[in-house]
Amino acid sequence: MMKQWQVAKRILPLLAVFSLLLSACGREDLSVMKPQGPVAQGQYDLMKLSITIMIVVLIIVFAIAAYVLIRFRRRAGQNEVPEQVEGNFKLEVIWTAIPLLLVIVLAVPTVKTIFAQGEDLSNDKNAVQVKVTSHQYWWEFTYPQYDVTTAQDLIIPTGKKIAFELKTADVLHSFWVPSLAGKMDTNPDGTLNKFSFSAPNEGVYRGKCAELCGRSHAFMEFKVKAVSQESFDKWVNEMKAPAVLPEDTQLAEKFKTNCLSCHAVGDQGGPVAPNLTGIGGKQSVAGILLNQGEGQEDGNPVLDNMKEWLHDPQSVKPGNTMPNPKDLGLTDEEIDGIAEYLANYKLDYE
Amino acid sequence: MDWITTVDHKKIAVLYLIAGGFFFGIGGIEAILIRIQLMKPMNNFVSAQVFNELITMHGTTMIFLGVMPIIFAVMNAVVPLQIGARDVAFPFVNALGFWTFLFGGLLLNLSWLMGGAPDAGWTSYTPLSGSEYSGTHGVDFYTIGLQIAGLGTLIGGINFLATIITMRAPGMSYMRMPMFTWTTFITSAIILFAFPAITVGLVLLTFDRILGANFFDVAGGGNPVLWQHIFWIFGHPEVYILILPAFGIISEVIPTFARKRLFGYSSMVFATILIAFLGFMVWAHHMFTTGLGTVANALFSISTMLIAVPTGIKIFNWLFTMWGGQIRFTAANLFAVGFVPTFVMGGVTGVMLASAPADFQFHDTYFVVAHFHYVIVGGLVLGLFSGLHYWWPKMFGRVLSETLGKWTFWTFMIGFQLTFFVQHFLGLMGMQRRIVTYLPNQDFDLLNLVSSVGAFLMGVGVILFLVNIVITTRKPADAPNDPWEDGRTLEWSIPSPPPEYNFKQTPLVRGIDAYWKEKMAGHTEMTPAEPVGSIHMPSATPLPFVMSVGIFIAGLGLMFSKDDFGNAFMNGLFNNYIVVIIGLLITFGAMALRSLYDDHGWHIEPEDQDEKGVRT
Repeated sequence: MMKQWQVAKRILPLLAVFSLLLSACGREDLSVMKPQGPVAQGQYDLMKLSITIMIVVLIIVFAIAAYVLIRFRRRAGQNEVPEQVEGNFKLEVIWTAIPLLLVIVLAVPTVKTIFAQGEDLSNDKNAVQVKVTSHQYWWEFTYPQYDVTTAQDLIIPTGKKIAFELKTADVLHSFWVPSLAGKMDTNPDGTLNKFSFSAPNEGVYRGKCAELCGRSHAFMEFKVKAVSQESFDKWVNEMKAPAVLPEDTQLAEKFKTNCLSCHAVGDQGGPVAPNLTGIGGKQSVAGILLNQGEGQEDGNPVLDNMKEWLHDPQSVKPGNTMPNPKDLGLTDEEIDGIAEYLANYKLDYE
Repeated sequence: MDWITTVDHKKIAVLYLIAGGFFFGIGGIEAILIRIQLMKPMNNFVSAQVFNELITMHGTTMIFLGVMPIIFAVMNAVVPLQIGARDVAFPFVNALGFWTFLFGGLLLNLSWLMGGAPDAGWTSYTPLSGSEYSGTHGVDFYTIGLQIAGLGTLIGGINFLATIITMRAPGMSYMRMPMFTWTTFITSAIILFAFPAITVGLVLLTFDRILGANFFDVAGGGNPVLWQHIFWIFGHPEVYILILPAFGIISEVIPTFARKRLFGYSSMVFATILIAFLGFMVWAHHMFTTGLGTVANALFSISTMLIAVPTGIKIFNWLFTMWGGQIRFTAANLFAVGFVPTFVMGGVTGVMLASAPADFQFHDTYFVVAHFHYVIVGGLVLGLFSGLHYWWPKMFGRVLSETLGKWTFWTFMIGFQLTFFVQHFLGLMGMQRRIVTYLPNQDFDLLNLVSSVGAFLMGVGVILFLVNIVITTRKPADAPNDPWEDGRTLEWSIPSPPPEYNFKQTPLVRGIDAYWKEKMAGHTEMTPAEPVGSIHMPSATPLPFVMSVGIFIAGLGLMFSKDDFGNAFMNGLFNNYIVVIIGLLITFGAMALRSLYDDHGWHIEPEDQDEKGVRT
């Protein structure tokens, strides 16, 4: 009875590994194990190879361990001294050679993938160039080919290679869209990183900041939205259209003086804070308050999110640099008015 | 007073154990708080700021102030005995190493009480750890506290090198040294080469933060990636500083309880040296996503994978040590046996992480958190538990309760697997590390709960160990020389606990596992290599303590040298570096005293040499 239990104890974790692997858990828009593009797929293939090798190693080691522990327990009355074995040259050579062989099996495709995925596309005319700038705690995306800048939602055309150039405006962050590609750090000027991925299927993918960057590191999320080439072109045009300001002229004035000193809408405002053009149609407010919409089963109405954010930005993202609108002298009604305006500011491109 | 002035390696071992245990407890409480916060999505048990302080202090405390000192405790307690020496090479310096570690650790933890703990992660990447983005004194406590504590480690490492090179008993050639002594030797060599790197790094960061230098500031011509290189050139060997002693412990415990000599001794030695060498060649695998370029990534991928080879040799040698033996499952051996598969788990995920393109996905996620906890907790902490249960009777003359020891093992082991196994999957499912909370419905919820429950169970295991210590301490100290009956190395040939001078007569070593060899030849004790004679002992002295207090004061003074206290007297004291100067004067004064006053020590004459140990 005891023996069987010992065996089961060794095998159970293995079975757990297999079953969990087979179920390939996680969300399609987030999980590394459900890759949605060729780059992530390549990385996933490498993982599968290494996991397979490693599980074989584990099975062998666990099996020997289980056998030894059961077979060579000290039994009652066993008093003769076991033979003092020095070692065994042949065996030792075998377990030096086998790991070496396994390492080679893994090293070859690893090096291949490193060089394949390290391709520099920054001069490729067919690729969409995107400059990513990370800030505490938001993401800025600039499309130099189209002269468009946006924030938090990265809109990309499906099937096209997207060539990224990454940099940070303050501390180190790391740009990560698990289901599309591995992460890459955003360094300050002088050590800019480049990499690329593409998304064959339309959809919204969750992106994260993977490098500890301060208090709101956990809340520095973003979305990658892959749309058809047609929609993408429409989106670019919409982004370049003149700004839409609040209809109420008084509110528009307040918005201009208080918000547009840092933020931009359309052709107006500044580049210090996230670009607000079409913000009502984005996947989230401030990256972390999910808006209701397709694929966001847990989202709130965008207006509620906008109000939550504007009434107390610090409680949503501690340590962010946006001043509390109340401290700027805006009344609750005015804040609600701006929230409503922003929530309704949507671009029509899908 | 006796404890403050002692220079005896056995008492210093106890001091290290108590202080290391204390910090280990603090680090453990921090871990539990982290797991409470992450138990459910969008939890607000602690604020984001406090969470960052908790993760930073948990990592820093556990690595530098928890497990390292406990390793040093075991080394101090065991190595001189294993090589047949009466103490370490420099007993005074040994005491100094302990006190600088303790005061560095206290300084670091004072940050909780003095306006904010460090909050930039235990790796303290710049610019986040620069004064611009980390405005409190937190990171100053990190740089200066670790600097002082690191001094102690470096001193200790050099001392062990000198001890092992010069003080082995007659007949103990290098290839007859016990495995734990070997790993201590190699570990000390790694310390000697790795700690200067972190020392330099911490000095540079201190200069940036306190004196306004620009080493890591891009605007001033610095480069934040430089910090990462310096940190990991130290940081990766540090992993081997931690794990090699555990390898050594396992290599002692498994042969004893299998009643067989270690399989493939020379390949074990060779593997240890190779691991140490490769440990310095792979630091950049922590930085694949930093953007080193394809060539660097490829080279560091391969060099990292190569570490699997010597490690594999070790694992199979342990398994074949037990093959054909008579295995006894004492608490110490349970931990050692549990170590093997757990460490293999940590090892294989290490190879997976070495594949750079795959690492782009693993890096900075819970997969990495799972991996290094499998190595450090599943490897080192299990190893330490094993070693403590094994050598406790030698250190204190009392055998720990076996029943409680087994309970400790099962609760800790099951808790550990629950906590960290699921974290592999959390990482693969897209959960990045160091996040204060996460949104619901990302499939993170259940696994995080499981992980937290496991952490509580590990806490129960540690508490059971403490209970075991308390209960055991109240029993009489009546352990025999060789309580496990199958002790193989020299420490089991002398009383438990050993007398002040360890060996009345230096033993003659005739082969590997010297004591076992004598026992097999029908002897009950070692053949002496010298006649009974007067034994020279070093004098006790409070100077190491005083020196460390001086450094501590100087550190505090430097940290607050730019502050405005709103009080002319305090401002005058700190802003003019007067406190720094006072602290340094105390230290240098004690050093001068030590140099000028010629202390010849004292002797224990043959008629005063009692057989049994005199301390608890």
